[in-house]
Amino acid sequence: MAKVKGAVVINTENCKGCGLCIYACPTDTLGFSKEINSKGFNYSEMVQDECIACVSCALVCPDAVITVYRMKKDKAV
Amino acid sequence: MSEMLLMKGNEAMAEAAIRAGSEGYFAYPITPQSEVAEYMAREAPKHGTVFLQAESELAAINMLYGAAGAGFKVWTSSSSPGISLMQEGISYIAGAMLPCVIVNVNRGGPGLGTIQPSQGDYFQTVKGGGHGDYRLITLAPSTVQEIADYMSLAFDLAWKYRNPAMILMDGALGQMMEKVQFKPYTDPGRDFSWSTRGKKEDRESNFITSLFIKPEEMEQVNLQLQRTYREIEKNEVRYETYEIDDADLVFVAYGLSARIASKVMHILRNKGLKVGLVKPVTLWPYPYKILHDLADRVKGFFVMELNAGQMVEDVRLGVNGKKEVGFYGRMGGMIYSPEEVAEKVEAFARKIGM
Amino acid sequence: MGITVSLENMDKIYERPKTLKDQVMHYCPGCGHGVAHRLVMEIVAELGIQEKTIGIAPVGCSVFAYYYMDIDMQEAAHGRACAVATGVKRMMPDHYVFTYQGDGDLAAIGTNETIHACNRGENITIVFVNNAVYGMTGGQMAPTTLIGQITTTCPSGREQVANGYPIRMSELVAQLPGTTYVERVAVNTPARVRKAKKALTKAFKSQELKKGTSFIEIVSNCPSNWKMTPVESNKWLDENMLPYYPLGLYKDEISGE
Ligand SMILES: Cc1ncc(C[n+]2csc(CCOP(=O)(O)OP(=O)(O)O)c2C)c(N)n1
Ligand code: SF4
Ligand code: SF4
Ligand code: SF4
Ligand SMILES: [Mg+2]
Repeated sequence: MAKVKGAVVINTENCKGCGLCIYACPTDTLGFSKEINSKGFNYSEMVQDECIACVSCALVCPDAVITVYRMKKDKAV
Repeated sequence: MSEMLLMKGNEAMAEAAIRAGSEGYFAYPITPQSEVAEYMAREAPKHGTVFLQAESELAAINMLYGAAGAGFKVWTSSSSPGISLMQEGISYIAGAMLPCVIVNVNRGGPGLGTIQPSQGDYFQTVKGGGHGDYRLITLAPSTVQEIADYMSLAFDLAWKYRNPAMILMDGALGQMMEKVQFKPYTDPGRDFSWSTRGKKEDRESNFITSLFIKPEEMEQVNLQLQRTYREIEKNEVRYETYEIDDADLVFVAYGLSARIASKVMHILRNKGLKVGLVKPVTLWPYPYKILHDLADRVKGFFVMELNAGQMVEDVRLGVNGKKEVGFYGRMGGMIYSPEEVAEKVEAFARKIGM
Repeated sequence: MGITVSLENMDKIYERPKTLKDQVMHYCPGCGHGVAHRLVMEIVAELGIQEKTIGIAPVGCSVFAYYYMDIDMQEAAHGRACAVATGVKRMMPDHYVFTYQGDGDLAAIGTNETIHACNRGENITIVFVNNAVYGMTGGQMAPTTLIGQITTTCPSGREQVANGYPIRMSELVAQLPGTTYVERVAVNTPARVRKAKKALTKAFKSQELKKGTSFIEIVSNCPSNWKMTPVESNKWLDENMLPYYPLGLYKDEISGE
């Protein structure tokens, strides 16, 4: 079965850098940013293009700042 | 006019609430006013009014908070120990600006006290009771007819100002059988656009709260409350006067004491002492002005209360040192006889040189 | 710098529910309250009941829930949420009414209101966030604090002789004939969040049956007062909370319908 391809968009400004999404991600797609947001948090961001759109990160995110996308079926490689 | 009925004070209260279109009643039984809950349990369902016996007065007052917060016309009743338990909720209700009616059928305290009538809860009612700077519109009936009349008035004032209203009476009035006539009632119309009846798409969500963490905001809320209180003080002071035109001495008494005061007046007038009576109807806002005005032309005031002297402090505020204010009280459920009071008044009259 | 991935040809499959206001919640990083709020609001959105849902906020860290949940709400006095909810529901029996309460609120100061609402079978949903501590007031002992757990008011660990036992509310209310659905869930892993959402959905829908109270206990964390990182707190929850507060269904009288 072809691997599902996905991506996440994180509202980094509202991310509190708790790291729960990073811990929950099964593909190590997410990591802490080097920069900090205006509230002083090292936010979460995609660090590699391995997302499988499993939504795990969004499910555990207490601040509901993650949006998850999945490649349309017919476009899947 | 509707027909004349013979009813107990407690039952007239409940009937009046139903006729005033109350939509819900939440309460916990306590003597001397358990008949109210019993009456509501029996009659409320016939009028589509919600009745619920709560697990405590604490729960009852918070049920009232919820129901009033949803914009319904609701009330509760209890007696002193139960009203004490409600103080937390009353403070929240005042803070959240919720209209509702609370009846206190005052019994003797402190503590579990006695089930006999008392006026010992005056301070609690008009000087606070719960925490924070708030006021309860307070009505004090002295007849069964007034219990009925003030019930609808209490609802209307509560809704007009979005402020809780209390009816403060005592066990004797609750048990008293008297003639009563229920005047036809029309609701003046109520705005409950602020209430929680479900967020509609065309408006922001409503919330009921008394929490304002920022002191700047909390002060604004307090100022808003104070503006409301000044409005109420301006518009809603109510009292009745009896034979004050030629009076040299003026009684000030409310509720059961006002009834006894009129008997004392009779005794003393027969003895040639010209006494009149001011009967406050609203204990808050208090009728200071009439007392202040009378102080210029009468020789003295005499306050009788079924407590150690509570309202007398407000009378002294009104009189403002212009004349002597005498006091006589009984406590613990004991009631003075008119003769007993008359003797005290005569002594007081002599003392002030009348 | 993180990487940027093109969203071309991609479908949005998950986003923040519209019923959650566009507000940053005041909760500490990693706090389970945020997840619990989001789940409740997802359900309200998915069931299409925003216009018919009234929430009751407690006193506790979630006291400001009404700033985040885009529904009509009332803020109750500490512990009185179930009584307030009763008042609302009795007046509007066809609305969905829920309380959202912490352990101090629901199981200490408000135990009486909780038990009696459940015993009357009020048709409300009780969302109980058990984080074994008083979060808002700075980490004092809660009725659900575990034996041996250190808090600011049991600095050498909760001791049964002095403080009694941690109270298991789901087990307790499941005993009452008034409850119709009782489940204990957690929100510290993706799978558990999915399960929690199922339970909450069922709880809210059960109000339509008018058969009694639905009670969902969410075992949650308090990284700040537990003095752990969010990830550590979720592990601690697994290892310490769950053995004493087993997840699972405690009562279900609605599935057969
Ligand atoms: C009558 C009263 N007593 C005490 C408090 C102080 N207080 C506020 S929140 C709280 C405990 C909150 O703990 P919990 O219910 O577990 O909620 P959490 O913050 O953990 O989510 C206390 C004791 C109060 N607000 N009112
Ligand atoms: S959707 Fe799944 S794979 Fe993608 S970032 Fe989130 S957790 Fe990782
Ligand atoms: S879980 Fe949410 S708040 Fe926490 S780091 Fe990830 S995106 Fe940020
Ligand atoms: S104190 Fe604890 S419960 Fe409160 S917001 Fe912070 S982590 Fe959450
Ligand atoms: Mg807690």
